[in-house]
Amino acid sequence: MSKMHVKLTVNGREVEGLAEPRTLLIHFLREDLRITGPHIGCETSHCGACTIDMDGKSVKSCTVFVAQADGADITTVEGLTNPDGSLGVIQEMFKEHHGLQCGFCTPGMITRAHRLLQENSAPTEAEVRFGMAGNLCRCTGYQNIVKAILASADMLNAAKEAAE
Amino acid sequence: MNEMTPPSSEERAKGLKGLGSARKRVEDVRFTQGKGNYVDDIRLDGMLFGDFVRSPYAHARVKSVDKSAALALPGVVAVLTAEDLEPLGLHWMPTLAGDKQMVLADGKVLFQGQEVAFVVAEDRYIAADAVELVEVDYEDLPVVVDPFKALEPDAPVLRDDLAGKTEGAHGPRRHHNHIFTWEQGDREAAEAVIAEADVVAEEMIYYHRTHPCPLETCGCVASMDKVSGKLTLHGTFQAPHAVRTIASLISGIAEHNIRVISPDIGGGFGNKVGVYPGYVCSIVASIVTGKPVKWVEDRMDNLMSTAFARDYWMQGRIAATKEGRITGLWCHTTADHGAFDACADPTKFPAGFMNICTGSYDIPVAYLSVDGVYTNKAPGGVAYRCSFRVTEAAYFIERMIEILALKLGMDSAELRRINFISKEQFPYHSALGWEYDSGDYHTAWDKALAAVDYDGLRAEQSERLKAFKRGETRKLMGIGLTFFTEIVGAGPVKNCDILGLGMFDSCEIRIHPTGSAIARLGTISQGQGHATTFAQILASEIGLSADDITIEEGDTDTAPYGLGTYGSRSTPVAGAATAMAGRKIRAKAQMIAAYLLEVHDDDVAFDVDRFAVKGAPERFKTMKEIAFAAYNQPIPGLEPGLEAVSYYDPPNMTYPFGAYVSVLDIDVDTGVVDIRQFYALDDCGTRINPMIIDGQIHGGVTEALAIALGQEIVYDDMGNMMTGTLMDFFIPTSWETPNYVTDFTVTPSPHHPIGAKGVGESPNVGGVPCFSNAVHDAFKSFGLTQTHMPHDHWRIWRTAKELGLHG
Amino acid sequence: MSLVRESLANDDLRFGVISPWNEGDVTCLAASERRSSAQNKPVAIGASDWEETHLIPGAFDYHRPASVAAATALLAEHGDDARVIAGGHSLIPMMKLRMADVPHLVDLRDLTDLRGISVADDVIRIGAMVTQHEIISDERLAATAPILREAALQIADPQVRYAGTVGGNVANGDPGNDMPGLMQCVDAGFELAGPDGIRVVAARDFYESAYVTARADGEILTAVLIPVPPEGAGWAYEKQKRKIGDYATAAAAVTIAVEGGRCTSASIAMTNLSDVPVWAETAAGALAGGPLDADSRTAAVAATLDVIDPAADNRGPVEFKKHVAGIILRRAIDRAAARAGLGEKT
Repeated sequence: MSKMHVKLTVNGREVEGLAEPRTLLIHFLREDLRITGPHIGCETSHCGACTIDMDGKSVKSCTVFVAQADGADITTVEGLTNPDGSLGVIQEMFKEHHGLQCGFCTPGMITRAHRLLQENSAPTEAEVRFGMAGNLCRCTGYQNIVKAILASADMLNAAKEAAE
Repeated sequence: MNEMTPPSSEERAKGLKGLGSARKRVEDVRFTQGKGNYVDDIRLDGMLFGDFVRSPYAHARVKSVDKSAALALPGVVAVLTAEDLEPLGLHWMPTLAGDKQMVLADGKVLFQGQEVAFVVAEDRYIAADAVELVEVDYEDLPVVVDPFKALEPDAPVLRDDLAGKTEGAHGPRRHHNHIFTWEQGDREAAEAVIAEADVVAEEMIYYHRTHPCPLETCGCVASMDKVSGKLTLHGTFQAPHAVRTIASLISGIAEHNIRVISPDIGGGFGNKVGVYPGYVCSIVASIVTGKPVKWVEDRMDNLMSTAFARDYWMQGRIAATKEGRITGLWCHTTADHGAFDACADPTKFPAGFMNICTGSYDIPVAYLSVDGVYTNKAPGGVAYRCSFRVTEAAYFIERMIEILALKLGMDSAELRRINFISKEQFPYHSALGWEYDSGDYHTAWDKALAAVDYDGLRAEQSERLKAFKRGETRKLMGIGLTFFTEIVGAGPVKNCDILGLGMFDSCEIRIHPTGSAIARLGTISQGQGHATTFAQILASEIGLSADDITIEEGDTDTAPYGLGTYGSRSTPVAGAATAMAGRKIRAKAQMIAAYLLEVHDDDVAFDVDRFAVKGAPERFKTMKEIAFAAYNQPIPGLEPGLEAVSYYDPPNMTYPFGAYVSVLDIDVDTGVVDIRQFYALDDCGTRINPMIIDGQIHGGVTEALAIALGQEIVYDDMGNMMTGTLMDFFIPTSWETPNYVTDFTVTPSPHHPIGAKGVGESPNVGGVPCFSNAVHDAFKSFGLTQTHMPHDHWRIWRTAKELGLHG
Repeated sequence: MSLVRESLANDDLRFGVISPWNEGDVTCLAASERRSSAQNKPVAIGASDWEETHLIPGAFDYHRPASVAAATALLAEHGDDARVIAGGHSLIPMMKLRMADVPHLVDLRDLTDLRGISVADDVIRIGAMVTQHEIISDERLAATAPILREAALQIADPQVRYAGTVGGNVANGDPGNDMPGLMQCVDAGFELAGPDGIRVVAARDFYESAYVTARADGEILTAVLIPVPPEGAGWAYEKQKRKIGDYATAAAAVTIAVEGGRCTSASIAMTNLSDVPVWAETAAGALAGGPLDADSRTAAVAATLDVIDPAADNRGPVEFKKHVAGIILRRAIDRAAARAGLGEKT
C-alpha cells in the first residue's frame, strides 16, 4: 500500500516523512526519526516502555499509527533534557534516587512521570503508584521510582514557589 | 579546621567514593535521556531484518516448507530452512548442557513456537508480511507435556536424533525421554536415618515453570564483512566471550575474526545467557547476503521459545528427633527441561547447584537425585536469578522446614534456630558436598525477628484467627519466614566450566599519565551498575577517585576473557580480579613512589590515595603523581607505564545468606492477597554500594512476588502455551508492588580479596519461599500442609474451599 | 492435609504442567477451548488460526473523514473491508496480531461532533470519541452520574485511559470491556448514525454475542445517552482483577433508586461473565420494593448467579468466577445501598 506524507512536531522540532499508514508511531520515531529513547517491550500494549507525551497526553506509541499522529505535538524523553544539555528535574531525581537499573523502561517512566506531575503537582505515594501503573519495570521493584517522582514533585514545587 | 589543614584520611577516602559509598550511577546520565545503546537501536548501512516462521504445533513432522510466495514478495531477500543450514552444519547446534538443539526445524518440531524458517527482508514490516506467506505442511504427532507421563514406557518419542543413545552427556539414559540422573550424597544412609527417625515429613514440592521476561527481548545484529573476513556480532549476550568462542567453533570462522559486542542490555536475569537460533540464523544470513542482519524477537517469541525457568517436581522427606533436631534429608527431583536440554549450567552440574538443598541447616545425612526429562515444551530451565537452581533448592528446603514444623507442632522460627549451622562450624562441609565459606545465621535471624516484632505478629495472628472463626472477618493473616543460604560466584575452574571454558573472570587496568584510568572486565552489566561499582572497588584499591575510572565491558576485541554475568558471579569473581589487578597496580606504584622519594620500597606505606614515607608522613607521593612518573621517569628495573591484568580463579564459591519475613492478609472468598509488609535482611559480605544493593533487593523481591502470586508459563494438554502475552503472564505494576524494608548484617567471605559475596539473586532465592510460606501459614491452622504455587486468586480460593472455609 | 495431587498419573492433576484445574464439575481447558491470550475470543488450534506475527499489522488504506456523513459513506463504499477507529486501543492490538484484517481504516479523529459531554436536566450526552480520561475529569459527570468515574478509573491504565473512548469501549462487543455492562446498568442508549439516518438502540438490546452487536455494518456509534439518575440514588462499580490493566475476573455495576427509606428500583449488570454483558433484570427486581435487607441482597446475588455464564480462562475456572461474581456483586450492592443511605448491611 502506498505511503502517506506526515508532519508532526517532535521535541519542539517540526518533522515530516513518508510512511505507510500502518507504520506504528513507535517505529516511525525510532526508525525514521532515529529517536530511540522510547522502547518496545511487548506487542499487546501492556508494558508502557513506548510511552510518549502526545498533545498533552501520555500515550503508548506502539498503539498509534503514524497516520493518526499527523499534526500531533510529541515529546519524548529526549525532549525533557534541558536545552543546555543538563538533566531535567525528573531525570536528575531518577539518578539521585536510583530509580533505574537497566534503563529500558526509563524513557517511558520519565515521560509518563512528567505528564503525571502536570496532572497533579503534589501527588501522594498512592497517587504516584496508581498514576504510573501503565509502565512496567523488571529491575527496580518501583520503590525508588516512586521516591524519585515524589522528590521531583517537591523540587518542581519549590522552584515554582521560588519563582513566585 | 581551615584551608591549611590537610584533609584527613577519612575525608580523602570519602572523596574517592570507594567501597561502601552510595555513589550515584554513572550510567544514569545516558539512560535518563534516552541515550542508551541497546541492540534494537543499532543501525548499520544496508541492514536487513530477520524474523521467524514458528510452529503452531507442540509436536509434528514438517512435511514441506513452501517459500515461494514469501520469496516473491518485493523486499524479501532470503528464506532459510534447515536444508539451507545443513551444508554449513548449522541446522543443529550444541547446547550449554551437552545436548544439541535444532536451529531450524529438521524434519519435525518439538514445541509450540519452535523456529521453522528464517525470513530475511529489507525491513521488519516486509519480514512480518513474508512470515505469513510461508506455507508449512505439518503432520501432528502425539504430545506429552507432563514429565511423569513422558517417562512412561509408551510415551511418545520426542528426540528421534537420540534414538538408541543410552549414554547422554551426563551418564546413562534409561528411557527415550530421559536426559540424565544426577546423584549427590549418601542414599543408603539417608534412607536408613529416615526409616528410624522419630518424625518424618514427606511432601511433593512443585516449583512451577515461569520465565525471566526481561523488558528488552533477545536480539542481535550480525555483520559479516567479506573484505576483512571479520564477523561482528552485537547482541543481548550475558556472556559475550563465550558466545564468541562458541560461534567460532560452530561456524568455523577463526576466533580472532569474530568480534562480539554486548551493548546496553535491558535486563538479562539469565534469559540472555544461551545461544538462540536467532543469533545463528542472523550470522548465516549475513554471510549469505553480504549485509548486516538484525533479528529482534517480540514478547510472544520471547515467552514461548527462550530460556524458561524452574519446572522442578521435588519429592522430599525430612527426618527429625521429636525435639526437632533434623537428622536426615532426602530429595528426588523430576526436572522438566522441555524439548532440548539447553540449560546454562556449569558442565559438571546438570542440575545446577540443587545440592545446596540442605540450606542453612546442619543436616548430617542427605541424598539428592535429579532426573532430567524431555517434554514438548520450550527448552531451558536455568534462568531467572536462580544461581543455577538455588531458587529451587531454597524453595524446597524452606517448605520442608515449614511442613516439618507443622508435624512437630513447633514454631518454624524456633525449628530453624535449633538447626542452623552455627557460626563456629564455618567453613561448613554440607552433606551434599559444598564447603560454605562463612556465616552467622543466629545473629541475622535474631535481628530479623526482632525488627519485625515476630512475637507481636504471632499474637496478632492468633487474635485475627479467632475473629475469623467468630465470623467477624473473611481475611486470614499469614506470616512468611525464610532463611536462605545462597551459593554464587561460579566458580573454581577445577569444577566449574561452561563447555570447557573455566569459570574464572578478569580485569585489565590501564592508568593514564594524568592519573585517571580505564578498566575492562570479562563481565557485562544488564542493569547491575558495574560501571559504577567496579570503579568503587578500584578506587579503594588504588587510591584514584571512582569518578576518574572508566569501566568498560562487553566488547570481546578489548575486554579480557571472562565468562560473563549471571549467577551473581560478577562481584565474587570479576570483583576479585579487579581487586587483585588493583593490587598489582599498587605494588608497582609502591616501587615508583619509593624511587621518587628516594627510599627503599619497604619504607613507604599506602595511605588511601598516596604512598608516604613510614615515620615521615609529610613526605608522600599521590597516586596521580605516581601515574605521571610511570610515563615520565626512567626507573631502573621497571618498565614504563602503569597497567595490570588479573585472571582470577576463585578458590571457592561464596555463600550470601538472608532472613526474610513477610506478612500477608488473604481474602478467603476472592483469593486476593494484600501484602502488608516485607522485611529483607541480606548478608552479602562486604557491601560495595548500599544504594545499589537495595535496588537489587527491591527488584528481586518484586520478581519473587510475581512468581509466588501469579506468574507462570502454562501449557494445555495439546502443548499450546497459554500465557504468551503480558495479559496473562503476570508482571506486577507499581500498584500491586509494596514498599520493602531492607536490612543487613556483614559476614565477609574469608577467601574473597575484599570479602564480598554478591547479592543480585538473593532476593529471588529468598523472596519466593517467603511469600509462599506466608500463604501456607495463613491456612495452616485449618490443616493445610502444601499447595502449589503460584498462589493466585483462584488457587487461593480453591484452597479455602477445600479446607471448608466457604461454609 | 496436603492439597497436592501426588499422582500425575491421575488425569485430574493438571497443576501448572497442563491446565491446572479439573475439579469435579470444573472442566479442564482443552485445546478446543483455548482463548487467545490477547482477547477473550475463542481460538481454535490449527495453523490457520495461529498468530504468525504479533507486532506488525497488515497494510491498509487510511481515511480521515471530516464529517459523520463522509464516514458513513466510506463504510458504505467499502463494506466489510472498512472499520472505524476511535482510540484504537482495542482495534490496533488486534490488527497487530492480525486477528483483525482491515483493508480500509476510517479514523474518526476529526469528527468534532463526536466529542463533548453535555448534561441536560434529564439526559447526559457523551460523544462517542470522549475518552475515559475526559469522563474521569468531568466535574459535571462526577456530580450527576458518579458511577461513570468510578468505573472508568478501574479500566486499564492511565495511558490507555487517555486514548480509549467510550464509543470504542461500548461498540466493540468485547466481553471484557467494562462500559457495556455499566451502560446496561444505567439504561443508556447508543446513538447510531447510518446511511438511513440516526437511531437509538438501548444498551440492554445492543449485545448479541461476543463481538456481535445490533450495530449494522454501515453505522457508526456517535453518542451514548444516559438518563440522569434520580436524587439520592445509590451506585457502585466493583471490579476484581488480577492487576491494573487486566480485564475483570468479575465486575458488577449496581444502581439503586430510593424513596422514603425503601428501594424503588434497582439495576444490576455483570461484566466478563458471559460472552455479552449481563443485565440481571429479575435479580434487580428482587431488590425493589423493600428496605434492602440482607435476605433481599442475598436473593439478588443468587438470582444473578443464575444468569451469568462465565468461561474458564487463565483467571480461573467457572466455579471460581461464579463465586467471585457473587462476592463482588454483594459488595457493590452494599456500597450502593450505603450511598443511598440504606446502610451497608442490614
